[in-house]
Amino acid sequence: MASKGIKDRVAIIGMGCTRFGEHWDKNVDDLLIDAAYEAYESAGVNPDDVDAYWLGTMGSFSGLTLSTPLKISYRPVSRVENFCATGSESLRQACYAVASGAYDMAMAIGVEKLKDSGYSGLVIPEPPNDGTLGSITPPAAFSLLAPAYFNKYGIDAEKGKDVLSRIAWKNHRNGAKNPKAQFQKEVPIEVIKNSPKVADPLGIMDCSGVSDGSAAAIVVRAEDAHKYRNDPIYIKALSFIAGPGEGPMSPEYDFTSFPEVVASAKDAYAQAGIKNPREEISMAEVHDCFTPTELVLYEDMGFSPRGTAWRDVMEGFFELEGKLPVNPDGGLKSFGHPIGASGLRMMYEMWLQLRGEAGPRQIDNPKVGLTHNLGGVPGRCVSFVSVVGRSLG
Amino acid sequence: MVGIVSYGSYVPYRRLKRNVIAQFLGVAASKGERAVASFDEDSVSMAVEALRDALRGSLSPDVHALLFATTTPPYAEKLNAAIVGAAAQLPAEIRAADLTGSIRAGLSALLQAADAVNGGASRAAVAIADCRQAAPEGKAEQSNGDGAAAFIIGSHGVIAEIEASVSLTHEFLDTWRAPGERFPHTWEERFALTQVYTPLLVNVIRGLLAKGNVAVSELAKVVIDAPNPRAVDEAVRALKLDPARLADPFAATIGQTGAAHAGVMLASILPAAKPGDRILIAAGGDGADGLLLRVTPAAANFRPRHSVGGMIESKGDVSYANYLKWREILPTEPPRRPDPERPAGPPMFRSERWKFGLVGSRCTACGTPQLPPQRVCVKCRMRDRMEAYAFADRSARIATFALDRLAYSLNPPTVNVVVDFEGGGRFLCEMTDCEPDQIGIGDEIEMTFRRLFTADGVHNYFWKARPKR
Repeated sequence: MASKGIKDRVAIIGMGCTRFGEHWDKNVDDLLIDAAYEAYESAGVNPDDVDAYWLGTMGSFSGLTLSTPLKISYRPVSRVENFCATGSESLRQACYAVASGAYDMAMAIGVEKLKDSGYSGLVIPEPPNDGTLGSITPPAAFSLLAPAYFNKYGIDAEKGKDVLSRIAWKNHRNGAKNPKAQFQKEVPIEVIKNSPKVADPLGIMDCSGVSDGSAAAIVVRAEDAHKYRNDPIYIKALSFIAGPGEGPMSPEYDFTSFPEVVASAKDAYAQAGIKNPREEISMAEVHDCFTPTELVLYEDMGFSPRGTAWRDVMEGFFELEGKLPVNPDGGLKSFGHPIGASGLRMMYEMWLQLRGEAGPRQIDNPKVGLTHNLGGVPGRCVSFVSVVGRSLG
Repeated sequence: MVGIVSYGSYVPYRRLKRNVIAQFLGVAASKGERAVASFDEDSVSMAVEALRDALRGSLSPDVHALLFATTTPPYAEKLNAAIVGAAAQLPAEIRAADLTGSIRAGLSALLQAADAVNGGASRAAVAIADCRQAAPEGKAEQSNGDGAAAFIIGSHGVIAEIEASVSLTHEFLDTWRAPGERFPHTWEERFALTQVYTPLLVNVIRGLLAKGNVAVSELAKVVIDAPNPRAVDEAVRALKLDPARLADPFAATIGQTGAAHAGVMLASILPAAKPGDRILIAAGGDGADGLLLRVTPAAANFRPRHSVGGMIESKGDVSYANYLKWREILPTEPPRRPDPERPAGPPMFRSERWKFGLVGSRCTACGTPQLPPQRVCVKCRMRDRMEAYAFADRSARIATFALDRLAYSLNPPTVNVVVDFEGGGRFLCEMTDCEPDQIGIGDEIEMTFRRLFTADGVHNYFWKARPKR
């Protein structure tokens, strides 16, 4: 694969992230201003120091969405969209732009305002079409993973529900320790297990939060990073993979894996020089849009051998005190999922954890972190994997 | 010799028990149950099911005319027959028309098809369906049923020759419905019974017997349908017809299926007909049409794909509450989800074979069937090596499924299935006419043409899976 990567060539020198949740008192402009200025202040730079911007959002069009409220002084602003991986895509673009030498400093910022729609769940606008695209909702599309996985590895429905509920329980437990999470409350496992069904076997507590929010990162070339701070974090790998969408068309696809995730993880590990992710990764933020997604991701990412992730879940391997904490900030489940902002929110947790600023959920001495962001549905999706570290080499 | 060369029929899966209606409304119950079109069915979609049955999976049917008969056309302006033809993958080179106005339209269509064949068309298709609405508490709510029948009329391979026909048309007030009205009105029954339908049916049947030079005792089977079933009884008495030779009107199992009913009854008796049998059919409705058939030796080798009896047996209940919701008689709280977008004209035009005919593609380089149709092969990645590949009549099995309680539906939960077709090809679609707790991986399904939703007056037709019937 000719994906050479930009290991250690770009550093993040500042980040901002609003609380995710129901911001009835803030519009998109407010959220963008809050996240951008937190990032400027975090990096100790002025708005005029940033040479170019990448804005990730699903719900509004063009760079003007950002340049107008921020009064950006005649700089390039690109609006990017890549389903639920939009925030990560904006970061990738900004990193490559500074790595290329075209700009010295760039900002990636993501935003979404979902709570104003008045609808339950996510509403995805569609271009005019022939009416044959189908109406399956995201929870139903992802619910296809659960029976397929349980069936393949001989897990009965009750045990399977325990596994899924444990994942949601873990993420809520982590989110309870996070002042910026949408839901800052532990949820008893029985409540999760018995929540009203949305798409069997998934209940409402197997689904991520629908939220408003924004997050931003400022990046520079690694050699410039220490001009701004002595504790930047370094980009080790950025992989983005779009699949051919074979799953819904090929009888070979069995709904127990995301081939796009497997490919992007492999690419990212090659870029970062990671041989054994289960051992080498200190912590990960993954795209837990629904509980079975997180279960399958553990295996696609190489955290658990095939058919064993459910065991790791039940043994607490991915919990805050475990060997490989996953979604220490609460994940999409508890931190919330404002589409365009989520990828950058994942990076925000890496930013805090790698620099020892994660407070009550701080992981002991993490060195290498991973973020994984996914857009689409099982069998037809885009997948992003990044690896970041607190030191060069 | 001109006559029926093939036929098909359709009875929807759902049944509404008449005592359930009666209990809810506090009115008297008739016996039995009635067939109910599902929330995703209408006269066009049911006509398609019957016509596909009659075409028997033929990919290039030699049909030059299509007549769609119904009193409940989904579009008042826009050719409903064109949708039926597209879904059945009839060629573009056909004459097509909608026939409507009275429940006699079904037999009228059959006679016009025969005229088309006599006029030089090699074959003509007739698709008849009705999904009539009736106001709650009325007699018709219980006595109506939904269903469809289809006939291919031709001059070669005839299984039932049309020996004679008689048509009578009269102007009188019995059943009427103005544009925009939902439920039909009916005049006091004694008037039409005594003054119109009984004499009309008697005259049509006498005319047929005279034209065909056949005595009542020589008739193997008699199909009679009229808006008022008592007119049938009166005519039978007047003509001294043997009640044992009357075709079952399915009053207790299906109900009166509007324009389709004489066709459904005819389709139900043809499988048992013997070469040489004479069959008389008459249907009333602002007049009456009748025809006399003689069954040919070719009938001995013909078996319908689905029998009327088989479809009567294949059923599941619908509650009266759901029936009222499905027919939009009972308005309900809208979901907290956006209304569906109407499908767009140009995309539908470009994908007509896919959308209406479920025609996908097959890679000629590696042989992989795929749907929707592709240009670059999903398997071998070769570009533009595709040929058309029809999936509608192929059986398939459920690979996995999802019950969607978030999606808005008139019959929640929405069941989504991933199906793998025999011979190759996978598709994710909705499943209908099923009991969600009885679905299993590996179950055999068949594809069915449905109306997914209506937005801005545009009916969005596409295909769903259903358990094999």
